[in-house]
Amino acid sequence: MTPRSYSAIRLSLMAFIVTLAMPALAGDQTVGQAKKAFTVGAIKAKVGDTVTFRNDDEFAHNVFSLSDAQSFDLGSYKKGEVRSVKLTTPGVIEVECAIHPEMKMKIEVAK
Amino acid sequence: MPQKFISQRISLPLALLFGFFLAASVVAAEADPWLRPDVAPAPPENQLTPARVLLGQLLFFDPRLSRKMTMSCASCHNPSLGWSDGLPTAVGFDMHTLARATPTIINTSFNPIQMWDGRKSTLEDQATGPIEAAGEMNLPLPELIERLKSIPGYASKFEDAYPGMGITAVTIARGLASFERTVLSTESPFDRWRKGDEKAVPASAKRGFDLFQDKAKCAVCHMGYNFTDNGFHNIGLKTEGAPDVGRFAQRPLKSMHGAFKTPTLRDIGRTTPYMRNGAYRTLMEVVEHYDRGGDDKQNLDINMVPLSLTAGEKADLVAFLESLTGVPPDIRVPSLPL
Repeated sequence: MTPRSYSAIRLSLMAFIVTLAMPALAGDQTVGQAKKAFTVGAIKAKVGDTVTFRNDDEFAHNVFSLSDAQSFDLGSYKKGEVRSVKLTTPGVIEVECAIHPEMKMKIEVAK
Repeated sequence: MPQKFISQRISLPLALLFGFFLAASVVAAEADPWLRPDVAPAPPENQLTPARVLLGQLLFFDPRLSRKMTMSCASCHNPSLGWSDGLPTAVGFDMHTLARATPTIINTSFNPIQMWDGRKSTLEDQATGPIEAAGEMNLPLPELIERLKSIPGYASKFEDAYPGMGITAVTIARGLASFERTVLSTESPFDRWRKGDEKAVPASAKRGFDLFQDKAKCAVCHMGYNFTDNGFHNIGLKTEGAPDVGRFAQRPLKSMHGAFKTPTLRDIGRTTPYMRNGAYRTLMEVVEHYDRGGDDKQNLDINMVPLSLTAGEKADLVAFLESLTGVPPDIRVPSLPL
């Protein structure tokens, strides 16, 4: 393997790690649900943005929040289906799956 | 130093390291998700020691943990009855019948959430709940602590288990949790089959396992080595009288009304009657329930649908479920401190 190849691999690896470490960018966003987990642990968003939750698992999920900042219940839905919530209030929204309480993520909502 | 020797000296450790990681990754990749780990997880502050397990065992079998000194944890979680009680629903303080079945504590140490409605998260959180509950053992913890302090034989047991910590609500809970972490399912015919013994289970059980994962959709909730998703579902059981709201009391969401935690299926042959209200005595009755897609359709979990199973498929599912039961270990009932 050439030194250039090593550099390319190192750069790719660094970019991958940085991507993992960064909160998702603001704007309308989609969060997946796969292998009984949300695909991201936290995202940043703004009031007025819409977050869509897509079920990629073979079984149902039920996304909800009972946070002070904003509460919602998107109900239960099956594989391939999506449900969305429009963010109305700044603050931290803790999101869970009602069916699988181990599934948790956060939305940091800015003004 | 010759170049070749240096190269060998460097490459050998590297090769060993690489080999180790390769082996570890292969083992991790090949870990069978249907076989349970050998040891239950324990939190750093309450790692298992023989003294802690012994203390917990003494407390677990001690009826002095109840107000009238007539009930121990083992009264309901009876090892002779699959660590449950064989009753449709539990019987608590003053022989009062409770609303829910006694769940087995087999493998509960692997669960990240406890109780039918998930109101406790850890074994330590859960352990003292039934002691204090008015409908169960009905003994406030301050009274229990004073009672245990008055029993000379307990002092050394607590000291051995938790040096310098004394007899407190924390050490009582940790001791009980330590003992519960040793209540594990034993190797079942299913496990032996998964490990390669093709003769460990009959062909019907093998067909049943396929159905379990596919047509019958059981594995949607009963997944993994402990056969639970640690999730909450309303499976449409018929109820009489006031409905039991279940998980809704903890999470006031529509889908949680009448939803309960998915129980393990390990050692299921020893934990009849089944369901959170003890509705069914046989595994075939359980399979029939799911084949109907539940009975009470109000707020039914959307995973619940009629299955159109044939008689043979139902029998195969029962054969598979029966293969999940191992030979129960001999449990020694301890002599209690006096």
